[in-house]
Amino acid sequence: MSMKLKKVSYVYSEGDAFEKKALDEISLEIPDGQFIGIIGHTGSGKSTLIQHLNGLLRATSGAIYYDGENIYQEGYDMRTLRSKVGLVFQYPEHQLFEVDVFSDVCFGPKNLGLSKEEVEERAKKALTQVGLDESYYKKSPFELSGGQKRRVAIAGILAMHPQVLILDEPTAGLDPKGRDEILDQVALLQKERKITVILVSHSMEDVARYVDRIIVVNDGKILFDDTPKQVFQHYKELESVGLAAPQVTYVVKALKEKGWDIDTTATTVEEAKEAILLAIKKREKIC
Amino acid sequence: MGIIEAAKLAFEYKKYDENGEVEETIRAVDGVDLDVKKGDFVAVLGHNGSGKSTLAKQINAILTPTDGTLYVDGMDVRDEKNIWDVRKTAGMVFQNPDNQIIGTVVEEDVGFGPENMGIPTEEIWERVEESLKSVGMWEYRKNSPNKLSGGQKQRVAIAGVVAMHPKCIVLDEPTAMLDPNGRKEVIRAVRALNQVEKVTAILITHYMEEVIYADKVIVMDDGKIVMQGTPFEIFAQVDTLKKYRLDVPQVTLLAHELRKAGVDLPECVLSTEELVKALCQ
Repeated sequence: MSMKLKKVSYVYSEGDAFEKKALDEISLEIPDGQFIGIIGHTGSGKSTLIQHLNGLLRATSGAIYYDGENIYQEGYDMRTLRSKVGLVFQYPEHQLFEVDVFSDVCFGPKNLGLSKEEVEERAKKALTQVGLDESYYKKSPFELSGGQKRRVAIAGILAMHPQVLILDEPTAGLDPKGRDEILDQVALLQKERKITVILVSHSMEDVARYVDRIIVVNDGKILFDDTPKQVFQHYKELESVGLAAPQVTYVVKALKEKGWDIDTTATTVEEAKEAILLAIKKREKIC
Repeated sequence: MGIIEAAKLAFEYKKYDENGEVEETIRAVDGVDLDVKKGDFVAVLGHNGSGKSTLAKQINAILTPTDGTLYVDGMDVRDEKNIWDVRKTAGMVFQNPDNQIIGTVVEEDVGFGPENMGIPTEEIWERVEESLKSVGMWEYRKNSPNKLSGGQKQRVAIAGVVAMHPKCIVLDEPTAMLDPNGRKEVIRAVRALNQVEKVTAILITHYMEEVIYADKVIVMDDGKIVMQGTPFEIFAQVDTLKKYRLDVPQVTLLAHELRKAGVDLPECVLSTEELVKALCQ
């Protein structure tokens, strides 16, 4: 389901001394099935932005359209919106509260008023999708590792069958393998279920590796909105707003500065490897 | 004698069933031998649940060893009368800066520790000044902590520990919640403390790029130390690290891949500059 934001602004503590414009006339279009990364430094407005997408925060001005309908119009069913747009917060494992893994995942769909069979079927499927088999069902969330807990929390959202899945720093605090596992699973889900995934991340390397499109938020505005390759070409501007490019992008840029004839758009290890190997071949020919 | 010396150190968590009987015993730290020299910068790597944080909490006497010995600057951490001195010697910084800041003004927050130690007021202010300067946060001393960025807050938390004049500072994933700039700021502050003030630093992290500055890297798995060496020695073993659910910095991986493809490069490359230099030779 496509989403459209039209000049969305959000002002905190309007009218008093702490007034702050967290979002400043943001216009965006999010078509179906895209894998989008949102980056921005702490306090840039990313979290405020994503909380608008499922109606947790209400814009001070502007409009948001979900599937063509204005979510702020009178009589709009916010409950449906929230079940369609699933938001996984930072450290979602802190929100696990049921006695065992299976009941925790059932909680969301149960509240949608579905039958017991349907609820359980959804929970099973969601747990399978995040890579947790039956041996985990009866475990207490407290017995799990950080990565496993986080997967339970994501399964809880998946069981709601969202059309749009928003993840706010899903890999913070996870070890490298746990990070790859979660992101691989999310990428697989995105392809299989053809849902829209919005990934908020502080890891430029992760964003470069997984997403089709990057939205850079700074000072409540959108600074860049393009493919990873294009966005990371602006690494100097990104640095000036507290961000960076992936490490490998700096390698190819530095080689170019040393006079190499090399493609500088690489953002992943694979791409950088190809670019460097190609450039070495060219150099050998000249020598 | 090293500032931190552990021999056959172990820590057990017990899991109880509904009747209060011990159901399972988990050895989170299992036979660790460790010798950290004064002034060293040691990085600890390991997957979630490998025992890193349990080890760190024993150094700070938050947890008491089940077995083995642990001496912090010559003090036995199991001896209850040493607890406060151990904590003064080895200060700890945690992952989430918001959980560690209690003051409403930056300088007051930093002064909280020394004040509790009964330091005379005049000296407290001296300590606040030097520690805020050492992490580059002096100009924010009159600010409210909640108006700061994540990296700035974490540096204030570090200053709060530094103001207590610890000989050693243990940082448990201090950058996990920060953006790239915040991560850089914090690591720079830690390195400055280590190099300029000669404070021993023990850094637990999941970001491999932060480890390359360490004198020594320790890899933990299943409560044990499974690898030990310089960053160069550790990151040369890409495949072994992957086995332990870890990784290498992106440039190191790129160099490794290029070597496999036949490019003449050193066995292990740790930084962008090194790689560019090696390629241009």
